[in-house]
Amino acid sequence: MKLELRRAVVEDLVFGPATGLAGGLLTVDSDEALRCLEGIPLTKMRLEIARPGESVRIIPVKDVIEPRCKVEGPGEVFPGFIGDVETVGEGATLVLEGAAVVTCAPVVGFQEGFIDMCGPGADYTPFSKTKNLVLIAEPEEGLEKHAYEGALRMAGLRLAHYLAKACASVAPDRTETYELPPLAGRNSDLPRFVYIYMLQSQGLLHDTYLYGVDVKKILPTLIHPNEVLDGAVASGNCVSACDKNTTYHHLNNPVIAELYRRHGIDLDFLGVIVTNENVILVDKKRSSSYTAKLASLIGADVAIVTEEGYGNPDTDLVMNCAKLERRGIRTVLITDEAAGADGASQGLADAVPEATAVVSAGNVNAIVVVPPMDRVLGWPESIATLSGGNESSLRPDGSIETEIQAIIGSTNELGFSAIGSRWV
Amino acid sequence: MTKRVVHYVNQFFAGQGGEESAHLEPVTVEGALGPGLQLQALLGDEAQVVATVWCGDNHFAENLESTRREVLRRIASFEPDLVIAGPAFNAGRYGMACGEVCRSVTEELNVPALTGLYPENPGVEIYSRDIYIVPVADSARGMKVALQAMGALAAKLLNGELQGTAEEEGYLSRGRRKNFFFAENGAVRAVEMALAKFHGQPFRTEFEMPVFDRVPPAPALKDLKGATIALVNSGGVVPMGNPDRIEVSSASHFGRYSLESLEDLTAQAFESVHGGYDRTYVNDDPDRVVPLDALRALEKEGVFGRLYEYYFSTVGTGTPVKNCSRFGTEIAEQLKADGVDAVILTST
Repeated sequence: MKLELRRAVVEDLVFGPATGLAGGLLTVDSDEALRCLEGIPLTKMRLEIARPGESVRIIPVKDVIEPRCKVEGPGEVFPGFIGDVETVGEGATLVLEGAAVVTCAPVVGFQEGFIDMCGPGADYTPFSKTKNLVLIAEPEEGLEKHAYEGALRMAGLRLAHYLAKACASVAPDRTETYELPPLAGRNSDLPRFVYIYMLQSQGLLHDTYLYGVDVKKILPTLIHPNEVLDGAVASGNCVSACDKNTTYHHLNNPVIAELYRRHGIDLDFLGVIVTNENVILVDKKRSSSYTAKLASLIGADVAIVTEEGYGNPDTDLVMNCAKLERRGIRTVLITDEAAGADGASQGLADAVPEATAVVSAGNVNAIVVVPPMDRVLGWPESIATLSGGNESSLRPDGSIETEIQAIIGSTNELGFSAIGSRWV
Repeated sequence: MTKRVVHYVNQFFAGQGGEESAHLEPVTVEGALGPGLQLQALLGDEAQVVATVWCGDNHFAENLESTRREVLRRIASFEPDLVIAGPAFNAGRYGMACGEVCRSVTEELNVPALTGLYPENPGVEIYSRDIYIVPVADSARGMKVALQAMGALAAKLLNGELQGTAEEEGYLSRGRRKNFFFAENGAVRAVEMALAKFHGQPFRTEFEMPVFDRVPPAPALKDLKGATIALVNSGGVVPMGNPDRIEVSSASHFGRYSLESLEDLTAQAFESVHGGYDRTYVNDDPDRVVPLDALRALEKEGVFGRLYEYYFSTVGTGTPVKNCSRFGTEIAEQLKADGVDAVILTST
């Protein structure tokens, strides 16, 4: 399976009469862009722009999506949501690198988060560095919560696809090729790596989709990493902002990127096993056993396991680890920690002795104070009910004192950011 | 401005003899003394050892509280910017004295303090969470290296420059996790660690697995007829309006609410404030998390003796285990004091 990512770099983002990309300037026709959202049960929809370094806060943020579309090959990005459910990961895909669609609404769950485009909060989120087209919307009256989440999810994916599609004829700044040969033909002496991709599936607004299928209903399954690059995995969840994997994170999965980078050099990248994080014990047992079996079946020597969320899924994480290790597969976990504001509490809700190699993605409870911003997009008072915030978080001057868990992507457990916790 | 340092040592390092002098009471000497002379040389012009307080180890150990206060009073009178004690190497009583002095200075004078102890000195386990302990050799043969390390940490503390990890800064961890930004992202670090693990090369986990406090369940009640049963939940069910302001996540406290004369938790009077799940169904009917209706029915049937007149509630999501342990202990104490025989714990 071979996929080209054709990257067109977006240096700046403005509103203008016609949507398109020229000389690094992405122009968006706001009216036309909003027309692509017709039929979605949201009201008061408007678009705003937030650029790196600007004094802007976006709150509460539901999802972040990188604009991509297929330009060659079967299917369309975000299968199951945009276009059909054809298998993706082949041909060529246009990426508007440096741009992002951000969805913001007064929202859904309690685990949305915020993005600051400058100041100390900006250091904790990758989306202070992207040129953001922000969709601000409210639900139609009486819209049931799950339908509301679905509407926002669809709106974000459609906008991201629309932006890329409008730029489909642009010449890319660079092209990357992603290709792995079939497993049967491998004769590498290098250690065989599998990536175990745990997706949030606790239900009740904690869902993730694979080709449009709610992953709490799947048995763990083997996929090609290129499918992820084409949006086969889409976020539909309202997990704590710090460690929810936005759709942007999925599209730019850093473990896949690193395994590809080293493939054929010092490791042999076999593929990706997608598994879930369901709430009941029997599901946890079934999925972890099945995951370890699949890894063993394809001959993995080494597994990298990433988590999404904290608390309950810590059990899935360590079950996966123990069962992989017992099959002789050397395993490394990426997780964050809930160690308390003072850092003195144990950070995981479950543990096994087999987990001897763990990468820390940071302590979610660490406190940060972010200053007031000149422009606030959305509903700043929502910090009172976001995980990590409380009723006294928002101060009269507009500054916010909160745990970093209220910041989108601050302790991402795909290992997207350079943060980590250490002993002091 | 030159910073002010006070140094604490025992009778031996004050040059007053060994065991035969271990009973001596605290003494103050102006300026540096014994190992303090070398510390002064290491600190240079930045800081001055303005005084040395010394005391016999036995006297300190046998009159702990009064000696601790007396030594603290003497130290405080010099208005230090930093206090250094020891190094005490692997000496048990001296290590305890250094730990007591440093902890008192830190907590009561709000002045940074450091000592030097061998990592297996019993004082490490007692004091390492509260003070800065530089790991040193097990005997005074390691004095020179110990003082260099302590001097380096002292300079950083005086300048407020302690930015790195415990290991980088040269002290034993105080048991706290702190966030840092590294050169490489987590995924790159994970693949690197995995390759090392596979090849049997040394690697260091970034997070050691916690050791859990596993509590075996109490034996089942033989007879429910006379039993008092209580309801406790971590699903965040509270009286409407959340009178105790329990946080939606990372709770700092729990609440206790009366069930007296209630048959049912209604959606008008109760709600969940939990931030970790969709509360639609519990807010439709709070009995789904606090099953009062079912327990009242069983109580009337005589299945068990009586329902305890309060229920306890907190929010479990994102709540540090340290807080949870405290909640559990405090709730259990109240239940025990009120003669409760069994508890039904519900989550979400």
